[in-house]
Amino acid sequence: MNLAVLFSGGKDSTLALFKASKLHKISCLITLDSENPESYMFHTPINQVEILAKRLKLPLIKQKTKGKKELELKDLKKAISLAIKKYKIQGVVTGAVASTYQSSRIQIICNELNINCFNPLWQRDQIELLDELIENNFKFKIIKIAADGLDDSWLNKIIDKESLPDLIKLSKKHKFNPAGEGGEYESEIISCPLFK
Amino acid sequence: MILIINLNKYKLHDLEFIKPITDLLDNYKVIHYKKLKESDIKKADKIIIAGTSLKNNDYLKDLKNFKWIKDFKEPLLGICSGMQIIALLHKAKLKKSKEIGQTQIEILKKDSLTNNLNKVYSLHQFSVTLPKGFVSLAKSNKCIQAIKKDNLIGVLFHPEVFNKDLIKEFAKNI
Repeated sequence: MNLAVLFSGGKDSTLALFKASKLHKISCLITLDSENPESYMFHTPINQVEILAKRLKLPLIKQKTKGKKELELKDLKKAISLAIKKYKIQGVVTGAVASTYQSSRIQIICNELNINCFNPLWQRDQIELLDELIENNFKFKIIKIAADGLDDSWLNKIIDKESLPDLIKLSKKHKFNPAGEGGEYESEIISCPLFK
Repeated sequence: MILIINLNKYKLHDLEFIKPITDLLDNYKVIHYKKLKESDIKKADKIIIAGTSLKNNDYLKDLKNFKWIKDFKEPLLGICSGMQIIALLHKAKLKKSKEIGQTQIEILKKDSLTNNLNKVYSLHQFSVTLPKGFVSLAKSNKCIQAIKKDNLIGVLFHPEVFNKDLIKEFAKNI
């Protein structure tokens, strides 16, 4: 089946891509470029997404959105519709882990467009996911921070085998989600097994 | 051993509809309904029929694969499509009724599994009428959300999202 991955360049959407690509053909990536840095739906910033798509050797559909609540969903639907037309996709893959706000809205759009929706990280334990990324040789850096306990020294820090225990320790101390699921930080993938 | 019956059409959906359930259990075996043998059912202490994706309605054409439910005497929990299967085998009617996302439900009758529910996660296009002999334990403003008769219990919502304790309780104390 031809699939599109909703891709932000972050660790979760890249891991979802990795898992989906083992079973299906990934035909393109879809990125929503939101003007709203506080968007609940879409990860910001996405500065490196073109470069990452090139390294993944996948075509990218980049759709601009003002990021206004619910209206941004129309822009997402537009981008998925384009992927159906251009790449004959029959489904969409997301990196949703726990956010029912994001996942239910994407499910509704896929249902309206009569295509499949896949969430291969759904309900996964956050620390287990971080371990899985490291075990599979993914490296990512923190590009935005918004949590007590994560000071500026964490900005641009590469999370790998060495730095992950420190992040987990800090998250326990300051009680934030170590995977950044609640927007505590945003990540950007810098190396993964899918890069060509 | 708890037998998890998989209804998925695509293996990639196993990560979404099976793994969140098996992550909550210790002793389980997962089998796809098309590969299910009589001996698998005999070995099971309990069974969970897991839900599946919105676009997959294959199970509705394959109800004959689930005739064993009528003779199964151990606890059986049907989740979403699993509840629909239980109900349809007991002559309920299928109705178009879509709910996607967080849903408020109202408890209609006290039961150890569904007592403390309020917020649930829904992902379905169909609901069912109440089959004869079953009680309706909960409802949303659109449809019946939980049914029970003897060893059979069905929930239309996905407890593996907001109501993980329901699955843990089914595994331990039912």
